[in-house]
Amino acid sequence: MVINSDQDIVTARQRGRALAIEVGFSTGDATLIATAISELARNIVSYARKGEISLKQVHASSRQGILIVASDDGPGIRDIRQAMRDGFSTSGSLGLGLPGVRRLMDEFEIASEPGRGTTVKVKKWKQ
Amino acid sequence: MSKRDSSSKDSGARNNPGVDLVRSEAPSELLRELVAHLRQNRTQLREEWVVRITETRLLTAMTKEEIFAEATSVYDSYVEALETEAFEALQAYARNLSERIIPRGVETHEVVGIVLLLRDVLARSLFAKYQTDFKKLNRILDAYEPAANRIANTVAVGFVQERERVIRQQQEAIRELSTPVLQVRERLLILPIIGVIDPQRARQLTEQLLRGIRTNRAKVVVIDITGVAAMDLTVANNLVQTVEASRLLGATVIVTGLSPEIAQTLVTIGVDLGKMNTVGDLQGGIEQAERLLGYKVEKLAEPR
Amino acid sequence: MEVPILKQGAVLIATFQAALSDADLNHLRMGLVQQVVKFRSRAVIVDVTAMDVMDSFASRTLREIAHMIRLRGAETVIVGIQPEVAFAMVQLGLTLEGVATALDLEEGLAYLTQKFKNTD
Repeated sequence: MVINSDQDIVTARQRGRALAIEVGFSTGDATLIATAISELARNIVSYARKGEISLKQVHASSRQGILIVASDDGPGIRDIRQAMRDGFSTSGSLGLGLPGVRRLMDEFEIASEPGRGTTVKVKKWKQ
Repeated sequence: MSKRDSSSKDSGARNNPGVDLVRSEAPSELLRELVAHLRQNRTQLREEWVVRITETRLLTAMTKEEIFAEATSVYDSYVEALETEAFEALQAYARNLSERIIPRGVETHEVVGIVLLLRDVLARSLFAKYQTDFKKLNRILDAYEPAANRIANTVAVGFVQERERVIRQQQEAIRELSTPVLQVRERLLILPIIGVIDPQRARQLTEQLLRGIRTNRAKVVVIDITGVAAMDLTVANNLVQTVEASRLLGATVIVTGLSPEIAQTLVTIGVDLGKMNTVGDLQGGIEQAERLLGYKVEKLAEPR
Repeated sequence: MEVPILKQGAVLIATFQAALSDADLNHLRMGLVQQVVKFRSRAVIVDVTAMDVMDSFASRTLREIAHMIRLRGAETVIVGIQPEVAFAMVQLGLTLEGVATALDLEEGLAYLTQKFKNTD
């Protein structure tokens, strides 16, 4: 789904929660997932203005999970290591976005190229 | 066992029809013949299998009648899986069987053992039936083996998965028991933590406490960690998070039983103890909690 | 989506809905501060019971509301944070430091009553 307004942030996290419940996550986990989606969507809106978020159910051997991919072709991140440090921000927000998302989820992957955009892939597995 | 040139089987038959007529039997036809044989000799083969199970001292936790009943079901599902090459029914049966026998203490090696025994019993009967036609025996075994291996695999995996599920369930139950949230007074909860805290347990503990705060409308929580042997950075951070999350629900947390060693460790690794309200022991913690709640506890008289 | 603001004596009560957008939150922040001035309220209770996600923006807005209202000489209490939401918040490092919290509206009012009694 396309993310380019603050209303889309709300829609994205509502869909994420619905999918998480469908996959069988507890309400606690569904809240963590919805919160992570909210942060990722917010990053898109505040840094790239426009981007996309996709939500998918994933399987691995005996586990069920959820995959969230947030991508944009915004300005990108020059120093990923710095961006992943708590407290870093360039748009005046609290700057807890990415490291916070990493704590909420089980797997975290980020690829970014300055001037080209950023893609963040995160997964959460059912306990 | 022997792996014969299977790719030439089809092409050979296609290129030289009539030359190698026997070779043109499709594996599925062979399987059909095999299934017919297994159905015809069901009673005898099944009994032979049960005897072998008993001789090998497998499934000792079960009675002879039980073994025979299960063996019959497994045998029929087995033949059906060979016939239809659909493993879902067998898989479901394997799970169901595992569910019943795991509480009896049946081990993984026993389940794998009996399936391999069945494979062996059936292979032997095939040897006996086709011993005069060696070529055909080979082809039958070619068709039988991969299917038999898949069946053995399906049953074993089904058992192991079920076992893992049971273990997870038991761990869950033990965890629930090991972190009781106790209400000692109106609006006052106590959470005594004993043993090792891993991130998973820490999370469960926090969720339980938060739910407890909500249902009991608690204002003060005493977390006693006298029984916690060691604390590293991760556990300490979890504890700080528990304190912070409780405050978001409007409850004050008092941590008691922090040993000097643990306190020293926490300071060394840089945990901000200033965020935590700590009192030496559980009794002191409860007294402070009572003061926070506006209770005044007095002794009425000297006990006689 | 408008956030209803209820006036009860010296206290203003704002009740959040589940799906508040950033614009709604900004709107609420301005609205609350104006009303505190207008009614000379002594306190504001923000009820977030219906919110199923509290991300960094919402949390920051709540803190800003509390700070602005303090500059007006009034107190803010956040009530109704759900257990799951609280858990997610601390994972994100959002602890609403320096802002008073209470279990629900009833508790929030009780807290303020006590506080007013002590300062009167």
